Amino acid sequence: MGIGGSDMYRQQILDHYKNPRNYGEIEDPTFTHIGENPMCGDEIRMDVVLDESEETIERVAFQGDGCAISQASASMLSQELAGMAVEDLQAMDRDDITDMLGVDISPMRVKCAVLAEKVAQDGAEIYFGEKDIDRTTTEDDD
Amino acid sequence: MGHSESELLDVERIREDFPILQREFDGEQVVYLDNAATTQTPEPVVETIADYYRTTNANVHRGLHQLSQEASVAYENAHDRVAEFIGASGEREEIIFTKNTTESENLVAYAWGLNELGPEDEVVLTEMEHHASLVTWQQIAKKTGATCRYIRVDEDGTLDMDHAREIITDDTAMVSVVHVSNTLGTVNPVSELADIAHDHDSYIFVDGAQSVPNRPVDVEEIDADFLAFSGHKMAGPTGIGVLYGKKHLLEEMEPYLYGGEMIKKVTFEDATWNDLPWKFEAGTPVICQGIALAEACDYLDDIGMERIQRHEEQLAQYALEQLQDEGDVDIYGPAAGTERGGLVAFNLESVHAHDLSSILNDSAVAIRAGDHCTQPLHDKMGVPASARASFYIYNTKEEVDKLVDAIDDARQLFA
Ligand SMILES: Cc1ncc(COP(=O)(O)O)c(C=O)c1O
Repeated sequence: MGIGGSDMYRQQILDHYKNPRNYGEIEDPTFTHIGENPMCGDEIRMDVVLDESEETIERVAFQGDGCAISQASASMLSQELAGMAVEDLQAMDRDDITDMLGVDISPMRVKCAVLAEKVAQDGAEIYFGEKDIDRTTTEDDD
Repeated sequence: MGHSESELLDVERIREDFPILQREFDGEQVVYLDNAATTQTPEPVVETIADYYRTTNANVHRGLHQLSQEASVAYENAHDRVAEFIGASGEREEIIFTKNTTESENLVAYAWGLNELGPEDEVVLTEMEHHASLVTWQQIAKKTGATCRYIRVDEDGTLDMDHAREIITDDTAMVSVVHVSNTLGTVNPVSELADIAHDHDSYIFVDGAQSVPNRPVDVEEIDADFLAFSGHKMAGPTGIGVLYGKKHLLEEMEPYLYGGEMIKKVTFEDATWNDLPWKFEAGTPVICQGIALAEACDYLDDIGMERIQRHEEQLAQYALEQLQDEGDVDIYGPAAGTERGGLVAFNLESVHAHDLSSILNDSAVAIRAGDHCTQPLHDKMGVPASARASFYIYNTKEEVDKLVDAIDDARQLFA
């Protein structure tokens, strides 16, 4: 197949892009965090609600703007995260994201794919006082 | 459609010189429309490079042996050939070989700007400047206390010349303008700007990266003080750029890089500088690339720069018309029917430029998506990125049709 063209745009990704799940805001989230991918101009904001123990994610909503890969990835991640242990979120890496998307992401587009994951992870770290940043940008990490 | 050839260029014949254009990806022949980034290299230039290494390779200037003499003569003559290509009557003394346009910008910014600019001085740029000049002058201004000002770009993608006349004043020390915008395709009135600059005793630096490759450029007609361009955008190899400078200015300027080749006499205490242009070519220079660039000049002149310009204009106008018809395409820069360079930047309303570029790649259509090193201009246009198709001597109307079809595929996919 091609080196990252419409193979990357399987039905599932297009579906999540066109009909994003959990799109919007949450009234009183445990934490909110925003991140961007300056190269593409992708932007994602995530609202996360933790359960009482603060060990498990109850609910996630996101809002954003950008390319199909970044937005579909955020939509799919928002579903995946509901019910997940915070610990497991922190352990996620780019392979988990490609598995979730179910397609090979061309190297140039990996930053788009992992933006939502970084935003969720940084948001949690900031909330638990392990990190001190305002915004996440995907330029920082590789 | 049946427009297999431009009326102007024998494109079929030209394409034979570019075997890379025969490459296929998954059975689809490549449609290379990323020429504003880098053009392909024709066989005569590839042969020149191979021949040089097969028959002539040696270091230049300092050898007394036969190979070194041959390499030196070829390398030095290449400067004259490039001078002739852009109408520089001072020949080699006005032509400095660098790595690329960016280095040529930096050379003047450091060798002249850092020494000459002060807090009372202004550098006038345009809002459509490439980062190569914008970032460079911005940083030099920070170091020297000088101020950068930007000539406004109007809605129609052209420079607001009233604004230019307003901000180019006696405080202006340098006007640095892009000749043909790599994002908007606008052809800027550089000789008019040169007149305005000179009326205020300012110098003018012309970024010719997108003009020298595809239209006749005569530095003396423009009355440019400096002009920069890159070999890899004009059928030459990567690793070579050119800085043209008026001889008396280059003579006054201090060197930018120090080392071998650029000196005349060295003691433990001091050194004196070599003659032009070698004073600015420190260390072992870009020998093979320089010789290959001279060959690229021959290749383009054989085709004819006026014909190349008209061929590109035709393709750009054709692409504009096709894209405009669609209704959901935002096109940046001067409208169809106005003068333009051979490139078209646009956005499809429903598809992000990066998605579009990835999808076009499936049809083996190579375009660029991003900010094209004009971030402030994209901010002004209100988009983070755009898609850009750019043409050269080997492109055809059929290829524009393929682009339009592939865009339609993307539209369907995202509908
Ligand atoms: C208008 C313009 N200026 C400068 C440059 C920089 O050229 P290079 O990357 O060869 O230094 C480019 C090419 O990207 C350009 O289009």
